[in-house]
Amino acid sequence: MSRREEIKELIITRIIQAAGYLSILFVALICLFLIREGLPALSEVPISSLLGSRWYPIEDYFGILPLLTGSLIVTLGAVLIAVPLGVGTGVYIAEIAPTWANEILKPMIEILAGIPSVVLGFMGILVLSPFLRQSFNLPTGLTAFTGSLLLGWAAIPTIVSVTEDAMNAVPRSYREASLALGATRWQTIWGVTVPAARTGILTAVMLGMGRVIGETMAVMMVTGNAPTLPSGLNALFLPVRTMTATIASEMGEVANGSTHYHVLFFIGLVLFTLALIINIVAFIVSHQRIKRAERLLS
Amino acid sequence: MLLILLVGLSACTSAEQTNTQSDSTSSTYIENKGSDTIVNLALAWAEAYQALHPEVRISVTGGGSGTGLAALANGTVDIANASRQIKSEEQQLAENAGYKPVEFVIARDAIAVIVHPENPINRLTLPQISQIFSGKINNWKELGGEDRPIVRVSRETNSGTHVYFLESVIRLDSKEDKTIFSADTLLLPSSEGIIAEVSDNPNAIGYDGLGYVTDDVKVLAVASKEGAVYIKPSAGTVNNGSYPIARELYMYTKDTPQGAILDYLNWVRSSEGQAIVSKLGFVPYKVMENKLFYYEPPRRN
Repeated sequence: MSRREEIKELIITRIIQAAGYLSILFVALICLFLIREGLPALSEVPISSLLGSRWYPIEDYFGILPLLTGSLIVTLGAVLIAVPLGVGTGVYIAEIAPTWANEILKPMIEILAGIPSVVLGFMGILVLSPFLRQSFNLPTGLTAFTGSLLLGWAAIPTIVSVTEDAMNAVPRSYREASLALGATRWQTIWGVTVPAARTGILTAVMLGMGRVIGETMAVMMVTGNAPTLPSGLNALFLPVRTMTATIASEMGEVANGSTHYHVLFFIGLVLFTLALIINIVAFIVSHQRIKRAERLLS
Repeated sequence: MLLILLVGLSACTSAEQTNTQSDSTSSTYIENKGSDTIVNLALAWAEAYQALHPEVRISVTGGGSGTGLAALANGTVDIANASRQIKSEEQQLAENAGYKPVEFVIARDAIAVIVHPENPINRLTLPQISQIFSGKINNWKELGGEDRPIVRVSRETNSGTHVYFLESVIRLDSKEDKTIFSADTLLLPSSEGIIAEVSDNPNAIGYDGLGYVTDDVKVLAVASKEGAVYIKPSAGTVNNGSYPIARELYMYTKDTPQGAILDYLNWVRSSEGQAIVSKLGFVPYKVMENKLFYYEPPRRN
């Protein structure tokens, strides 16, 4: 390699390095900003009222509990819908589907991943919500479940592709051994391959969950945004207000530096923490997979 | 270094010159303060007017109708914005200070209460609407309708309409009343969202500025109390004051307006100014009636 090329390579390496460090810097700055703007809420609003059951900021009701439970209900519902479908599709693609089906399925799932959430929300308002209201005889179609369905849909592509990768990472010898012992194809998938890919599938679920909890536009359009505390199992079929929708709809009008402003940032901080926990769990789970694979090889 | 100093110095002097210039033409500086409801409208007017008349500078601040009218009595503002009429005490206060406040209706604001077209309910009283939205009435049956749960639909809390509805309908204009919207009220981010939900859902009841209402929903006739006449909102019933969830928006001057202030108020009340009123979702004060439109200052002979 000539001296010139060496220098060129050095410059390119440094640029890429800088880009990498910049993203770390940005995350750190965002984190700092959230803390700086959000923590004053703790001193301005008593903890007891922050944990209250009523969110009505224009009259100084700053109970974030309904918003937290709202986000959790929508996320839980979405995970319950997306996990069986997503994992099922991933397993089908990796283990069962013939090549021609894969060639159709995979691009379709990529397209699904590319649908903007505002389009999903639009379909939710015009099609899904009236349909749900009529078929379940609900008071209104703008419910947590409507949001869950849409977000489940949005999370499926993530879950499918990570699951598929996990399944493909299971060594061929596992399947061959199972089949050689006389197990059927179904027994092999259910008893050997899926358990072997378990940690990868868990990672898929966690990533899907991360996608759902941070989603804003679609939930704001279809969940009705009523800040109610869940009172039972039927809460899934009642309107909820999520943390993301609250921030999105109220941040634009709030006076800079007011209590309401700080509380909105505090909600952002809570959301950030939740997403961080999900990501850390996903990281730990996938890290275990590597260790397991290492153990298998040794 | 010297050069920088010189440039800085000359910049200073030129700034001073412009300052004195604007001081000498202070008659074109209009101080406008008051109602938070009107503040956006007043800002829009001020911006449009300053674009047309660069020599006039209008400063708009909010703070509330009471603040604006108090400042008027103190003589610190030229025009006070108010979403209610001046109280007799405020009038007295201004007169004691040697002013004679003049009232101008600058726009009207009506809020329609809407339901699904198939809902058999055609009319409600204000106390009934208050009880619906505060969560005391939960089934249409209680109002003589079908046995259906009531789904309340509202704008988000950052909407001025939301606040007005809270104060004037849910609390029925009582300052002591601290009732708020029922927690399960759907808070939709846009007027269009409200129309979409109400036009689709037979259980729903909502409210929205008259300008947003389409034929897909049914507008209810509203009576101010039990036994009063039920009135449907329209430009006509808003303008003659019979529709109860409507209010006039005012501007007050401390004396009979003259010069730049008179020109500004005439422009605000002209078709051009009132076009901005419609654009911001309020009801224009009077449509194209030039006679009533322009305020003629009394001639002094």
